[in-house]
Amino acid sequence: MTGKIHLDRAHLHRLYRQMLRIRRFESKCVELYQAQKIRGFLHLYDGEEAVAVGVANALGPRDAVVATYREHGQALARGVPMAALMAEMLGKREGCCRGRGGSMHIFDRERRFFGGNAIVGGGLPLAAGIAFADKRLNRDAATACFFGEGAVGEGVFHETMNLAQLWHLPLLFVCENNLYAMGVPLDIGESETDIFRKAQAYRMPAEQVDGMDVVRVEAAARRALDHIRATPGPYFLECRTYRFRAHSMFDTQAYRTRDEIERWRERDPIERLRAWMLDNRQLGADESARIDADVDGEIAEAVAQAEAGTLESVADLERYVLMDAVVQEAAP
Amino acid sequence: MTGTLRMTYREACRQAIRDALRAEPRSFVMGEDVGRYGGCYAVTKGLLEEFGPERIVDTPLAEAGFVGACIGAALAGLRPIVEIMTCNFSLLALDQIMNNAATIPHMSGGQFSVPLVVRMATGAGRQLAAQHSHSLEGWFAHIPGLKVLAPGTVEDARHMLGAALADPNPVLIFEHIVLYNAEAELDPSVTGVDIAQARVRREGTDASLVTYGNSLPKCLAAADALAAEGISVEVVDLRVLRPLDMATVSASVQRTRRCVIVDEGWRSGSISAEVAARLAEDFFFDLDAPLRRVCGREVPVPYAAQMEAAALPQVPDIAAAVRGLVRPT
Amino acid sequence: MADFLMPALGADMETGKVVQWLVTPGSRVKPGDIVAVVETHKGAIDVEIFLEGVIDELAPLGTELRIGEVLARVRSSSAAASPSPSPSTEPSPARSSSLPPSPSPAPSPAPTRSPLPLPATAAKASPAARRRARELGIDPGQLAGTGVAGAVTLADVDAAAASAAHAAAQTPRPRGFDALQMRQAIGAAMSRSKREIPHYYLASIVDFGAAAAWLESVNRDCGAEEQLLPAALLLAAAARALAQTPQLNGFHVDGAFRPGAGVHVGWAIALRGGGLVAPAIHDADRKTPAQLMAALRDLVQRARTGGLRSSELSDPTATVTSLGERGAESVLGVIYPPQVAMVGFGRVVERPWVVDHHIVPRPLVQVSLAADHRASDGHLGGLLLAAIDQSLQSPERLGPRSTA
Repeated sequence: MTGKIHLDRAHLHRLYRQMLRIRRFESKCVELYQAQKIRGFLHLYDGEEAVAVGVANALGPRDAVVATYREHGQALARGVPMAALMAEMLGKREGCCRGRGGSMHIFDRERRFFGGNAIVGGGLPLAAGIAFADKRLNRDAATACFFGEGAVGEGVFHETMNLAQLWHLPLLFVCENNLYAMGVPLDIGESETDIFRKAQAYRMPAEQVDGMDVVRVEAAARRALDHIRATPGPYFLECRTYRFRAHSMFDTQAYRTRDEIERWRERDPIERLRAWMLDNRQLGADESARIDADVDGEIAEAVAQAEAGTLESVADLERYVLMDAVVQEAAP
Repeated sequence: MTGTLRMTYREACRQAIRDALRAEPRSFVMGEDVGRYGGCYAVTKGLLEEFGPERIVDTPLAEAGFVGACIGAALAGLRPIVEIMTCNFSLLALDQIMNNAATIPHMSGGQFSVPLVVRMATGAGRQLAAQHSHSLEGWFAHIPGLKVLAPGTVEDARHMLGAALADPNPVLIFEHIVLYNAEAELDPSVTGVDIAQARVRREGTDASLVTYGNSLPKCLAAADALAAEGISVEVVDLRVLRPLDMATVSASVQRTRRCVIVDEGWRSGSISAEVAARLAEDFFFDLDAPLRRVCGREVPVPYAAQMEAAALPQVPDIAAAVRGLVRPT
Repeated sequence: MADFLMPALGADMETGKVVQWLVTPGSRVKPGDIVAVVETHKGAIDVEIFLEGVIDELAPLGTELRIGEVLARVRSSSAAASPSPSPSTEPSPARSSSLPPSPSPAPSPAPTRSPLPLPATAAKASPAARRRARELGIDPGQLAGTGVAGAVTLADVDAAAASAAHAAAQTPRPRGFDALQMRQAIGAAMSRSKREIPHYYLASIVDFGAAAAWLESVNRDCGAEEQLLPAALLLAAAARALAQTPQLNGFHVDGAFRPGAGVHVGWAIALRGGGLVAPAIHDADRKTPAQLMAALRDLVQRARTGGLRSSELSDPTATVTSLGERGAESVLGVIYPPQVAMVGFGRVVERPWVVDHHIVPRPLVQVSLAADHRASDGHLGGLLLAAIDQSLQSPERLGPRSTA
C-alpha cells in the first residue's frame, strides 16, 4: 500500500528545492550572525537537510511537529514562512514569535509547529502530550518529534518512550543521530550506539535509516506514519546523519577531524540528489540554475523584509506572560 | 451526597474534581496512583469507578514525562488536571513546569497558551521527614507565567479548582497535607471563588497577620489567644501567592500599622520576604513598627515529633511575634 | 573597495587574533570561502568571508582585533553578488588596518575618600510616626518612645500633640488664627475655584418629618451631652450618599479625577472673627449619627481654639456645609479645590407640603449640590441628592451598621 513515494519529477524537484532552501538559509544565518544581526546561540542544520525534508513530506497539514534548538530545517520544511523565521532571528516584531523566542524557540500555530526547545529532551513529553490530545480529540493526526541522539541520555527520553508505547500514542520519534552530542562522540555517550534498539526495549517498532538520503528518509517516514495511524501507536526512526558545521557558531570542533567532515561531505544529501537527477535526466542545468536563483531570491527577500521590520515596543514586555487578555482562536 | 454541606478539605477537593470532570469534557486527572490506589491522600478515591480510566489516568513514576505530557495536551486543546503526589516530587518536573509551561506562551509571542492545572500536596507536620516535608509554593511563586494558589479553607479547596480550570494560564494549587482532615460547613450561597484576591478572615485593629495554607488556622488561633489579652489582630489569608494581592494586604496594614507574616517555608528568599519587601517599598510610611516574620526554621524538616514542631511556625511563636510589636515594653 | 571585518562568532566573543591566512593579496574570493583561522578564548575557528572580489590587503598575523575591526580589504568585482549587510558595529576609522588601537591611558586613580562621618544618632521613630510628626511640626527626637526598641510610635506623637493642644487650650492665648491671613487664603481658594472649576448646581427639597420625629425619640432617652442635632443626621446622610456615588468623592488633579481613599467629609465651621475652616471627619460614612455628633463637637471646639491637625485640613474628599438654625433656606456652595463636590443644607423650615393628597405643614430642608462638571454631570448629582433624601426618610437605618 503506502510507504511508497511517487517519485515523479515534480516531487524530486520539491525535495531538492526544500533541502537547498535550508542549506542556503543557514549560510545566510552565518553571515548575519558574524555581522551581529543574529545574536545569542545559533545551531545550524547543514548536512542534515534530508531528515527534515524527508519527514516533512510524509506529514500532512493536520499533523504536529516538535523540534529542538537546531530547528531551522524542520521549520522551513514544515512551511513556516521564511520571512517570519528570518524576522524572528533578527528579533523583530514581524517574527513568528514577535522577537521573543529567537533561533531556538520557533513556534507557528497555523502549521502546528510547537517549537523549538533549548533544553535537550525538553520537547519529548510535550510531543507525547500533543499526541495524547490529538488521539483523545479524534483528530486523525500524528506528532513528529525531532531530537538528537544526545537527548537519549536524558531520563525524560525514557519516560516519554514508555508513556508513548503504554498509551499507544500517534507519535513519530525522529532521532537525528549526527554522531556528536555537542562535543561528545556517540561511543562516549551511549552504551548502546544503535539508538533504534532502545526503542525496541520498549516494544516499539523501530528502524535505522540512512539520513543522508532524502528518498529513503521519506519512504521510512511514510512507512512509520502508516503504522502510527493504523495501530495506533508510536514508531521510532533513527536517522544516521552528520552536521557539516560546528555544534553552534562558537565551537572550535576540537572533537573531530577535518578529514571526517570531508568524508561526510562527499555524502552531501543535496549534492547526491542533484547528481542523481542530472544523471537520470530529471533535472536540466537551466532548471537547476532557475531553482538556485529562486532560492537565493527568496532568501534575499526574506532578509530585506526582516531588516525592514520593526522592534516590539518594550512597553509590551510582559504582554504574553499571562494569557488572560489574549484572545484564543481555533483549537491548535 | 446528603443535604448537609459539611465536609472535609479532602472531600472538598474531591467534589471540586468531580464538578470539573462533569462540566468540562476536555478535562481529565492524571498522576501517580490517582486511579486504582484512590490517591495518595485519598482525594481521588472512588473517582476511577465513577469516571473511568479515560478521565482518571494512572501513570508510571515519571514526573517529567507525565507533567510534560499534560503541558503538551494543554497546548493541543485539552484541559488536564495533573496531580503531582507531593511538591517534594515536583522537582523532577520543574524543568517542564518552568521551561515549558511558564514560558511557551511568552516565547511563542502569544500563539499558544497552557491551560493546565497542577495539584500538589505540600507542607509538613506529619513527621514525614526531610524529603517529604517541603513547602515549595513560594519557589514556584517566583516564576512569571504561573499562577500559584494556596487554599487555606474548605471553601477555597471546594471552589478554587473550578476557577483554575477556567483560567488560560498554568495554575498550581498547593493543598496542605495537614489541612486535608480539616472540616467545615460550606456556605451554600457560595458557588465559586476568585483566584485573584486575598481575604480578611478576621478583622482587627492592632496588628495584621498575613499568611496562607496551614499557617492560617494557627494565625486564627493566635488571634483568639491575643484577644483575651486585649490585643485585636486582623488575619489576612493570602489565598493567591502569585500574583500577590497587595491591595488587600496593604489596606490591612494601613489600618493596623503593624504586620507579622507567617510562612511555613524557610525564611530565606521565601514568599514572606516578598510580601515584606513590597510593604517596605510601597507602604513604608504606614508602618508604625518593624515588619516581622514567623517562618520555618532553616533546617531540613526533622522526623522526631518535638524537633519537627520546633522547626515549624506554631501558635505561641505567632502570638509572641504580635505581642512583641503591640506591647514591646 | 570593501572591508572584511572581524566577525562575531559567539555570544561572548569580544576579540580574536588571526593566526593563519588561507588567502593572499590577489586571491579571488567568493561568499562562503574560508579565508582565515582566528584564535579566540575558546580556541581556533575557521572564518568565512561573504564578499566577492580580490583580496587587496590583509591584517598582519597575530593582530588582536575587536569584533568589527578591519581584517582585510577586498576589491569588489563589477558583478558583485548580493551585498553583504553592513554590520551594526562602527568600522574602525584607522587608515591602516595594521595598527591595533593604542590602549587608552589608565585614568589616574581617584583619591580615596575617608568614609563620611555617621550623622548623630537620629531619633528612632516609626515611618508613620515621623510623617505625622512632620505634619504637626513636632520633633520626634524630643519624645519618649513606647514602641519596639524604644522607637517613637504614632500614638506617642498623637499624645504629644494632644497634650500640647490641651496645654495651649488651658493658657489664655491670642486669637488662634490671623483673621486677615485667613480671609486672604479663603479669597485665593474661592477665586481659584470659580476660575477653574466649571460648577453645576442641583437642589432638592427634602421632607424632614421622619428625621425630626426620629431625632425627638432618640433624644428623649439621652442626657444633655448626648443630644443629637439635625446636623449629625444630615452629615450621616451626605456621607453615605457620597460613598454610594464615588465619582463625587475625590479630587480633580492633573486633568483627571482621583477617587478619595475613603469618605472623609470636610465639615464647614464658621469661626468667630470671620474665619472659615472645613476640617475632615474621617470615614464619615462608617460612623453612626452619635459618633458623628461627637466628632462634630470635638472639631468645632478644636477649630475655635486652634487645635486642628493639618491632616484634618488636607484630607477632606468632599465638603458639607450646613447653615444651621439661623442660616438661609438654601446654599449653593463654592467647591474647595481640588475637591469636586460640595453638599449644602439650608435651614429646616416649616412649610406647606402635600402628603397623601393633603396639604399639611411639614419640616423641610433644602439640599443642594455644587459639583465639578469635569468629574460628573447632572445625572450623577441627582443620584446623590436622591440618596440623601432616601436616607433622611429612614433615619433609623443610619444607626450602627450591621456587618454584612
